[in-house]
Amino acid sequence: MARRTSLPVRVGADLVGILVFLACVFPVYWMVSRSFLPRNRIKGEDPVFVPTGGTLDNYRRVFADGSFTDALVTSLTVTLLTVGVALLFAFLAAVAVSRFRFRGRRTFILTLLVIQMIPAEALFISQYRMLDGMGLLNSVIGLTIVYVASVLPFTVWTLRGFVDGVPRELEEAAMMDGCSRTQAFFKVTLPLLAPGLVATGVFGFIQAWNEFTLAVVVMTDPAKETLPVWLVAFTDSRSRGVDWGAIMASSTLITIPVIIFFLVVQRRMVSGITAGAVKG
Amino acid sequence: MARGTARRTPLPLGLVLPASLALGLALGYPLVRQVVLSLQEFGLAQQFGQAPEWIGLGNYRELLGNGELWPVVLRTVAFCFVNAGLTFAIGLGLALLMTRMSKVTRILTQCGLLLAWAMPVVAAMTVWQFLFDTEYGVVNWLLTALGGDFDGHSWLLDPWSFFLVATLVVVWMSVPFVAFTLYAALTQVPEDVVEAAQIDGAGARQRFVHVVLPSIRPVLLVVVLLQVIWDLRVFTQIYTLQKAGGVSKDTNLLGTYVYTLGIKGGDFGMAAAAAMFMLLLTVVLTAPYVRMMLKQERDA
Repeated sequence: MARRTSLPVRVGADLVGILVFLACVFPVYWMVSRSFLPRNRIKGEDPVFVPTGGTLDNYRRVFADGSFTDALVTSLTVTLLTVGVALLFAFLAAVAVSRFRFRGRRTFILTLLVIQMIPAEALFISQYRMLDGMGLLNSVIGLTIVYVASVLPFTVWTLRGFVDGVPRELEEAAMMDGCSRTQAFFKVTLPLLAPGLVATGVFGFIQAWNEFTLAVVVMTDPAKETLPVWLVAFTDSRSRGVDWGAIMASSTLITIPVIIFFLVVQRRMVSGITAGAVKG
Repeated sequence: MARGTARRTPLPLGLVLPASLALGLALGYPLVRQVVLSLQEFGLAQQFGQAPEWIGLGNYRELLGNGELWPVVLRTVAFCFVNAGLTFAIGLGLALLMTRMSKVTRILTQCGLLLAWAMPVVAAMTVWQFLFDTEYGVVNWLLTALGGDFDGHSWLLDPWSFFLVATLVVVWMSVPFVAFTLYAALTQVPEDVVEAAQIDGAGARQRFVHVVLPSIRPVLLVVVLLQVIWDLRVFTQIYTLQKAGGVSKDTNLLGTYVYTLGIKGGDFGMAAAAAMFMLLLTVVLTAPYVRMMLKQERDA
């Protein structure tokens, strides 16, 4: 649709585009650049727009605390556990939904759709009570259980699309060549699903890594905080004066893995939403 | 698609079982418990071992009668509509503009949007808090430099400017998703159809309303639906801004209200009732879109 754009329209669109770019990038730029500024220059009379003479002091202070490292370990454990378990469960379910017709299949699919509409904020009270009853508050296992369930619907949904995309004929051909059904699946279909598994896993990683609501409800012990909860507590501790340098440094640290992983899956997320909808 | 596999084997059910169990345990069971909890007196005494007492709709009656709920609900719905509306309008406008930009600017714009989209909510909240900080915030500095009296102005104390900041952050973070999705949909509108309409004498507006809009309608629906759901349940943004100095009583939305009642206040019965209310509100507000989507699914 872009071909017959007249010059004034194009120039106008370009101008807006540049403004939008600046509006999007400025906060990120501010975060990263502040994280390298020494304390006295963050809290100077006038803001420093072009930082020179950077320092790693802010990052040193973040790690010196030790609580950051604890939260990092908790976050990594919960996230990796969530991704592992959710991916396995979702993979099995996706194969079932895509490759078999069985009673209850439609119900299962519809349930997945409906669950995605339930706001997590509408359930955390009873999830908290449940984990409390099981003695799983402030435990990695407890948080993982809730995370797996919240990641699953989307994960099953996406993986199903990937399994659908692998033609059954390939498996059938392998079976003609003497493979058993299981062998054919593992030797032919599974390798073709690898990109799908990676994309879905990355998506689950981002979800679990960023999640805040359940974490703040379930992990109340300061020694058991995940990174987002830790960051909010750290920002909040006004007693020693807000250490914006360290806050910006830790925000940057939390953001880096997400940006990297996000670039991997972003295209797939958009194409997944539009492909199904526009062509149907 | 699944020819020849309709045999009655327990295999597919076995494959679905782990996922079903996980969902049942972490979502289904709490949901049932929540309904039960909302019908019980479950406060501090019960937490220390006293048996919960059935009070029927007592929690709901108190919730609806104590005058706290309705302002929160109104605020939540208003916040949701304002944010979803702004996000949608800006996102759609931007998507349309992106089809008109030169390639370089488009890529630049998309890179910016990607960054804002990928930023974790909590990290974004700290940055925006810093930008609006009373003493060291660049916003106050800029407004003062422009001649305003914003030296030491605190944005989070007054509910209106509190929600202004919250809206700014929420819209900043959600526009990229809308813009990208709608842009992707726009690029799939068949060019020849648009051209044919033009040859038939349709002006730019007519082409947009009669050709482009109908063909991206399904995507528009999904985007609006998701936006409404997401903006109804904002928790992180409000919670962090409240912690940073907002007055929580006048700035609670449903999510933080449930939190205040339950986790902070210990009245789990009331909190459960409020949470059920939130669930109901989500269903009511999204039902029209869901119906349209299901209808589309059938028609396709």
